[in-house]
Amino acid sequence: MTIELVIGAIKAVVIVLLVLGLTTLMLWFERKGSALIQDRIGANRADVLGLGKRFGLPNFGVINTVLADPIKMFTKEDFVPDGADRFLHGLAPFLALFPIIITFAVAPMGDILRIGKYEIDLQPANLDVAALYVLATIGIGVYGVALGGWASNNRWALLGGIRASAQMISYEIAMSLAIIAVVVTYGTLDLQQMCRAQGGVWFGFLPRWGILLQPVSFLLLLISGMAESKRVPFDLPESESELVAGYFTEYSGGKQAVFMMTDFAEVLLVAVLITVFFFGGWQAPWLYRDGFHFPGGASWPLPNLAIAILQFAAFWIKVIIFSCLQILIRWTLPRLRYDQLMRLGWKGLVPLGLLNLVATAFVVVAAGGK
Amino acid sequence: MPQWLFAFLAALAIIGALGTILQRNLIHCVLGFALVLIDLGVLFMGLGAVTVGFLQIIVYVGAIMVLFLFVIWLLNVQADTGVRGGASLGLKLLGAIAAAALAAELFVIFSHAPKLREVRTIAPSFGSVATLAHVLFSRYLIAFETTSLLLLASIVGAVALARRLAGQSAAIAALPPRSSARAAEARREVA
Amino acid sequence: MTPIIDYMALSAVLFAIGVIGVLIRRNVIVMFLAIELMLNAVNLAFVALGRRIGSMDGQVIVFFVMTVAAAEAAVGLAIIISMFRNRETVNADELNLLRW
Repeated sequence: MTIELVIGAIKAVVIVLLVLGLTTLMLWFERKGSALIQDRIGANRADVLGLGKRFGLPNFGVINTVLADPIKMFTKEDFVPDGADRFLHGLAPFLALFPIIITFAVAPMGDILRIGKYEIDLQPANLDVAALYVLATIGIGVYGVALGGWASNNRWALLGGIRASAQMISYEIAMSLAIIAVVVTYGTLDLQQMCRAQGGVWFGFLPRWGILLQPVSFLLLLISGMAESKRVPFDLPESESELVAGYFTEYSGGKQAVFMMTDFAEVLLVAVLITVFFFGGWQAPWLYRDGFHFPGGASWPLPNLAIAILQFAAFWIKVIIFSCLQILIRWTLPRLRYDQLMRLGWKGLVPLGLLNLVATAFVVVAAGGK
Repeated sequence: MPQWLFAFLAALAIIGALGTILQRNLIHCVLGFALVLIDLGVLFMGLGAVTVGFLQIIVYVGAIMVLFLFVIWLLNVQADTGVRGGASLGLKLLGAIAAAALAAELFVIFSHAPKLREVRTIAPSFGSVATLAHVLFSRYLIAFETTSLLLLASIVGAVALARRLAGQSAAIAALPPRSSARAAEARREVA
Repeated sequence: MTPIIDYMALSAVLFAIGVIGVLIRRNVIVMFLAIELMLNAVNLAFVALGRRIGSMDGQVIVFFVMTVAAAEAAVGLAIIISMFRNRETVNADELNLLRW
């Protein structure tokens, strides 16, 4: 009993630290990546005691991102505007971050790891209705943004908050439809089971990943996920040119950093969902429970520990790839207008998702599913 | 569900419910109610109704309560008088006592039902998505399909009610405000 | 394990709070919230009793109540909007045109 609690606690700590660490990595990638896209140099100044310069190390702006900026953010004055709802103004950023962070509890980071007599499931919380859990936590995530906008006692912020909540509710529907189609395909709501179902190969070489079964759902989830994370091309809630900074106009210092972190955590969350639903989760190509079986007959047996590490690495590499993809899209595409955003959501994605769901259901029944 | 967890959740639900009806700021009322809803969702899960618990959070907290927030912002309703204002405080006290008596009566009735004290174990599949879906799509199929009609009708109704026809807004703006809050206050002062 | 009677007691308390809310508040939106609170108190009783007799019917009814509540919220809030548009108030005492 005790040892299980300890294992659970370790899994929880690992996932939270990984998510927070990866948000920082994404922040760094966003800065240098955007600089690359726009033909700038990007962050390259901050240094610790001039050490990097003395030893002639190239400066990639890592210290800017992981050290200088957080220190600057958290030591700034925490300003609360006059007439604001102080309690909600303080609560809102955490109300936004918390649901996103707890969603990672169902991220399957690998299959079963055996240490001695213990079998450790590398999914932090093994929930058999995990897909519903994801939808529920994403649904609660609307509150932080909406209340942050309202509690600031500022017109720009309120407009941003209203836009954000309208946008998130609208795109949640398309997102739910995409997820439901995947659930119907695999016949389970358990993310770990979905990953297991994506093991093996088709035609001897093609990994059985969900993207080949549900390409439309993948597009829906990618688009609606980007809209959920409120980033360009869907950044109407914070559109800098019209609304100052939208719902976090009146936030400064640490609380603003929390809102920013929420954005990147959402990017990661969307990447995790895409990985789990469409790219095999922790499945590495041709890696089975006993080692690699390459197409053509060659095989390479591996111990359980090595396989667990490979799966863990495969999962997070895929997540990083899809997070970076979202950031690239952000810095490449122009922004939508608000009416275009709503039209795309309600007249484009929702009907497409419904059609996809009906088609999926027909195929599953015709194929003799349960 | 262990007793201490239930006690905590029950206390939270009652605090949230009291917050819903006693606070002056409407946004705070809605948040109090959202707290109650999340809390009840967790209680449902503790009772084995996992699917319904999650649906409660997705539908109620994620959609309906946000709709309430929207409407409050849209109407720009300011904080109102809270429990004061309107009918006399004595009448309200009487109403509250009557409602408390209702609760007390329910307590008495429940305490005479000995079977409510027994603890019964349930199958692990109880309340799962598959079980719920099986019942929904067999015994309650017609009711389920009717629900979709109801939702469609309510969407059409809501749009028809809330929509402002062309020219209507100008006509309304031209009308003298019949009973704005300020006018009501003025009336009260005159009286 | 918590006996079902505790859930029923909580349900009764929440229902009574909902009734009090409708009686003492004059703001239509808060009255609406109080009604939703009563619906949810009854939902809790349904789920608890359904668990007691080991039947899924309680949960199915809760599912339907939720759907109806969603429909009700949409139409009810639309009514409140059009009411506010015409009378510029959400105070139930001032909506007295049909009062005798």
